[in-house]
Amino acid sequence: MKKVLIIIPAYNEQANISRVIHRIRAVVPDGDILVVDDGSMDATPGIARESGCIVLSLPYNLGYGGALQTGFKYAYKNHYDIVVQMDADGQHDPSCIKDLICALDEGGYDVIIGSRFLGKGDYKTSLIRRVGMLLFGAVASLVIRQRVSDPTSGFQAINSRVIRFFSKGDHYPVDYPDTDVVILLKRAGFRVSEVPVKMHPRASGKGIHDNILGPIFYIFKMFLSILVVLCRKLPKTATDERRKEYKTIDYRL
Amino acid sequence: MGIQFRIIVLIGGLGLVLFVFNLVRKRKLRETYSLLWLLTGFVLLFLSIFQDLFWDRFSRLIGIDYPPSALFLIGMGFLFLIVLHYSVALSRLSEQNKELTQEFTILKDEFERLKTKIDGER
Repeated sequence: MKKVLIIIPAYNEQANISRVIHRIRAVVPDGDILVVDDGSMDATPGIARESGCIVLSLPYNLGYGGALQTGFKYAYKNHYDIVVQMDADGQHDPSCIKDLICALDEGGYDVIIGSRFLGKGDYKTSLIRRVGMLLFGAVASLVIRQRVSDPTSGFQAINSRVIRFFSKGDHYPVDYPDTDVVILLKRAGFRVSEVPVKMHPRASGKGIHDNILGPIFYIFKMFLSILVVLCRKLPKTATDERRKEYKTIDYRL
Repeated sequence: MGIQFRIIVLIGGLGLVLFVFNLVRKRKLRETYSLLWLLTGFVLLFLSIFQDLFWDRFSRLIGIDYPPSALFLIGMGFLFLIVLHYSVALSRLSEQNKELTQEFTILKDEFERLKTKIDGER
């Protein structure tokens, strides 16, 4: 029986967290739920603790990537086999968790990304966001030579090798880990695949990209991150055969 | 602006962009902190190449007779922005440091008490 940890980074999500936790429990009763409280000022950590989850309360706000990585480090230290990343706002539908885990186990992949654009459900978002996602998806698909339909999806399942990879070293991006992480994983030799999932629009509260400067900063930072990931030396990871395989591929842009 | 000056600015701008990018690549500089530096480098590059389009108009607009002075002004302006950004980052780091120190102190006390209790039970 594989040990599964569901990591939910949460910042001021008292309105949504309880419902999210209960829905997840209904689907995965034998998995552990870890809520990483990213310096919330509201009742989020208290509610999560009452719902019986493991709660790690960060001393200050680290950001989504930092909170998630805290979860990875916890998962690594406690020898979990599989980690499922989920958002605390209820956008990720828990009914798809089993799909992610099965694809990971049976498909022989290291990372399964839940994509909202592969047919299941129908996710509507603002035009700007859709264009952005298409753009980054196209860039990622081109670079890793594999179709990436949802580059910014935070609904993913990873195995123990990737858990270790994310926990150690300084290559995990702390700001907005999206597209650059997908590219990083492929460069490091991990097997990545996508699976259709259902996502809902945000129920209430604020999102991460809600201020004006946010999206502009995000775009520049993401392009820079992608460029840097491509130019960096391959991190020590995966298996050596796969690293050798990657060295023969010409990555000159 | 003479051609020699333009070449110097071009090399400077290009050098800055490449040097900063390499620092980020080697993980010595975080992406977030490199963005302003890269912008500065690109602006210098842009100004050295397209000087004809902007220069005279811009210099006249801000009332400067000697074009290289305008360039220095822009360079200094960007430096101010970068240093201000660092002041903001420093403030944030100080706050985080304070939080960690306080949490640590309380944790240390809890730990000592726990240790005494366990030693006492032996």
